[in-house]
Amino acid sequence: MQVQLDFVRSLPGDPTALSVQPSRWQRWHVDIPLLLLLLVIAAYGLLVLFSASGNDSDRVMRQLIYLAISLVGMLFVAQFRIKTIKALAPLGYAGGILLLVLVILMGVGANGAQRWLDVMGIVRFQPSELMKIVVPLTLARYLSDAVLPPSLGQIIVGAMIVMVPCVLIVLQPDLGTSILIAASGFLVLWLAGIQWRYLIGGSLLAVASAIPAWRLLLHDYQKQRILTLFNPESDRLGAGWNIIQSKTAIGSGGIDGKGWMNGTQSHLDFLPESHTDFIIAVLAEEFGLVGVLLLLSLYLLVIIRGSQISLRAKDSFSRFVAGSITLTFFIYVVVNMGMVAGMLPVVGVPLPLVSFGGTSLVTMFAGFGILMRIATSSDPS
Amino acid sequence: MRRFTTIKDSAYELRLFQQRLYISAVVVLILIGLLVYRYADLQIMQFQSFVTQSEKNRVHVQPIAPKRGLIFDRNGILLAENQPSYSLVLIKERVEDLQETLVDLQQLFDLDAKDIEKFQLRLRRRTPYQAVPLKFLLTEDEISRFAVNRYRLPGVEIKAQLVRHYPQGSAFTHALGYVGRINLEDQQRLESTINDRARYAATDHIGKVGLERFYEPQLHGEVGSQHVETNAHGRILRVLQKQDPEPGIDLTLYLDATLQKQIATLMEGRRGSVVVLDPRTGGILAMVSVPSYDANPFVTGISTKAYNGLRESIDLPLFNRSLQGQYPPGSTIKPIMALAGLHYRVISPNSSVADPGWYQLPNDDRLYRDWKRGGHADYVNLHESLAQSCDIYYYDLAYKLGVDRIHEFSKQFGLGSKTGIDSTSERSGLLPSREWKRSQRREQWYPGETLSIGIGQGYMLTTPLQLALATATIANRGIRPVPQLVQPTAELQSKIEIARDTVGPEIIHSSEESQADNTDGLSNHADHSVQFNGEPVAENNWRDVVNGMEAVVHSRTGTARAIGIGAQYKMAGKTGTAQVIGIAQNEEYDAEAIAERKRDHALFVGFAPIDNPSVAIAIVVENGGSGSSTAAPIGRKIFDWVLAGQQQEPLEVAVKP
Repeated sequence: MQVQLDFVRSLPGDPTALSVQPSRWQRWHVDIPLLLLLLVIAAYGLLVLFSASGNDSDRVMRQLIYLAISLVGMLFVAQFRIKTIKALAPLGYAGGILLLVLVILMGVGANGAQRWLDVMGIVRFQPSELMKIVVPLTLARYLSDAVLPPSLGQIIVGAMIVMVPCVLIVLQPDLGTSILIAASGFLVLWLAGIQWRYLIGGSLLAVASAIPAWRLLLHDYQKQRILTLFNPESDRLGAGWNIIQSKTAIGSGGIDGKGWMNGTQSHLDFLPESHTDFIIAVLAEEFGLVGVLLLLSLYLLVIIRGSQISLRAKDSFSRFVAGSITLTFFIYVVVNMGMVAGMLPVVGVPLPLVSFGGTSLVTMFAGFGILMRIATSSDPS
Repeated sequence: MRRFTTIKDSAYELRLFQQRLYISAVVVLILIGLLVYRYADLQIMQFQSFVTQSEKNRVHVQPIAPKRGLIFDRNGILLAENQPSYSLVLIKERVEDLQETLVDLQQLFDLDAKDIEKFQLRLRRRTPYQAVPLKFLLTEDEISRFAVNRYRLPGVEIKAQLVRHYPQGSAFTHALGYVGRINLEDQQRLESTINDRARYAATDHIGKVGLERFYEPQLHGEVGSQHVETNAHGRILRVLQKQDPEPGIDLTLYLDATLQKQIATLMEGRRGSVVVLDPRTGGILAMVSVPSYDANPFVTGISTKAYNGLRESIDLPLFNRSLQGQYPPGSTIKPIMALAGLHYRVISPNSSVADPGWYQLPNDDRLYRDWKRGGHADYVNLHESLAQSCDIYYYDLAYKLGVDRIHEFSKQFGLGSKTGIDSTSERSGLLPSREWKRSQRREQWYPGETLSIGIGQGYMLTTPLQLALATATIANRGIRPVPQLVQPTAELQSKIEIARDTVGPEIIHSSEESQADNTDGLSNHADHSVQFNGEPVAENNWRDVVNGMEAVVHSRTGTARAIGIGAQYKMAGKTGTAQVIGIAQNEEYDAEAIAERKRDHALFVGFAPIDNPSVAIAIVVENGGSGSSTAAPIGRKIFDWVLAGQQQEPLEVAVKP
């Protein structure tokens, strides 16, 4: 308890005072420190994106629009009561599963993967993005109603809640999203206090099932990516190319970088996916280790703030949801930065708030919307 | 932590959550630590190697081919130039699907299976990222067709380069040689010296034969380089640094393009060779070998069909008769025999020989016939023997000299060895000797064979160039120049040491050398003076023989008297008619009855003007019949052209180094 109080004391202003006298921001359920952090990271990201797109201001404009939509979406989500969110979660889950089945049956996509649903040719909708939010919510609701720590039966039910959408998403195939959803789900189980013996047992089971999963579930290109991780030089012009080029970009940046707009690896097209999944390599090349540490520090602050919110949350559901959203955000960061630096296999995980793309941005900000609601909520569930 | 109540314990659950969050925080910090460590490792520890790697990605050093030196005739007429040419090239590393791309290109361009096959061959020999040519000499139409389709053909490009072109056509091919694409053999030769491999990094063509090959080191120039920034697709974005190539040296020949063309026209429809040189310098004024061929297709790659056509032609157009054709000199050897006789005092200008129309060796039944039935006169002296080309006189002279002295003396005129001309593939002819016959034929020398040599038959073989050089030596009264196609300029001399194939013995008599120095432009090379045992051939001996040669043209009895009519100058000459097939004892030679290709070769050698010779020639017309009727008139025309031209403009004589 002592440690927690230290956290609370370090907050700007007295939290109890905040809840007593709701400010205008609080009435709109906006958490100012979190909002500022997100905006700073997004601005930093736009700077890098501008360079990574080769002065393509059109792309930067599009990202700005995505950001605006996402912010509006975040505020919209923040207006829902926690109770409502909790109540809607199973419904959303059931709908999500239905949509995932539809994707497999009639989805559209590219590169041999079906990930989208085409709604009358107007909107392209990716149900797996919905599941990123809904899975931890559903699991949090299930476990928050249970007596903790969860029993083996509850753990098995919880695991099913996570695994069913994950398997459906792997079939699309989209390994990256599937891993992230699994992570967000199991984080809830973890935060809910799953007992160590079940945790260790479950982990062993997961490892044991990895071999048939490798054989049956993974596609050749996914296997190749994992194999390439261990020896990128084996295939310099094929699968290893991306990793070699991104490591070269990062390494050649040095401590202070080549300077904004001066990255040769990205500007001369040696770096693949330089504006999406591999954008950290552009940042590392142009701003060097200093730029990387700055970004990591900003991310760390987001995680600290998220942790504070989860610790201060009034009920188990809010706690689990806030903790899961915060730690999942961190997993995005680690997986993305790890894969670009050649520490992890290349799975399609964007760098949060920096990579170009609207879909994941909207989902992420929706998550932050829930987090903000939890932060500013005065109503007990 | 087993609990017996189903009532939720909020405080406990909060504690549990807090505990799990703190563990998470530790894991988060460890993972961030790992990320920081990884990025710091890449950006600090491995910084240098990645900087190098990224520079290697970005900056490529490209060699720039130097401009090949041009070749001009003596009057500045361009004989070999460089023309812009566009080729279709492929960079295999950047082509997505080679097979598919080739099919696409076949639809765009006129490519047959042979082109593809040759391309595949070149592809196997390429270095990584090298542009391999697929089609040469693109037309404007083809270039624009490619431009339209370029977007869907990654790795395919159009390369502009300068390609050798010979504007004057086939008349000059044998004199100049030609360049061709560097083949495997050339490549191996270049790779044997690391220096040359670098020099030829951007070069596609190399001198294959002739002048182009002999002066390859000078014509090629020095390779330049540029550091270019390229993107991942290999497109050059900008040039960072450039070192210009150094163009090859331009060559100016002694050759007179007009004369060369006139002679080629004159020789049209025949087979043979004409070599015209300036005896004062050794400079080749014209060197014609017919039939010839256009060298331009060889530069870009001649089709197999066209090449086989040339190679299999019975007329041997690829054969450079001037340097490679080895013919019996026939009677054109007689002036040298006469000089030897006078020098060794086995004859005198006044001694004469009985001429019944045949000659017999002591203790030998065989009859050696004169070409003229019944002989020329009862007795024939030196003067008449040359004018009328009396065989009997030279059978007798050869017998008196013996093979050893003939060999030693004739050698001084450059017979039997390469002349050292600045070209390739020269052959040395054959000047037989006892020693040669012993080692090559494993037989002893028979006296009858000496007689054959006396009239330039038997084993003796000479190239047209050797004949012209020997004639020039007589014209110079004993000073043998080194035949030279290219005028030696100061630039050329300072640059290189010309490696000649073989150079004849360079024994220079001191008095002759000083004499040579006084003669304008004579000694740009180490010229050779004819002598024996250190004793030069006496002045009056030269005079007697030259007088005899003059009589060939300018006397009533001369074999070439027809060409002397109306000449504004005096010329010396000697006709020759060389047997192609052996004529059996007692068999009559009947030109009509013998198939065209078994007919005699017609020869003529000569120089003019007699007193101050500025032109020496040798003419060989294969199966031309008689030297007097076929070869000599050609000689007269050439003399007229050269001497008329010289009256208009004095010869530019090369500056002595």
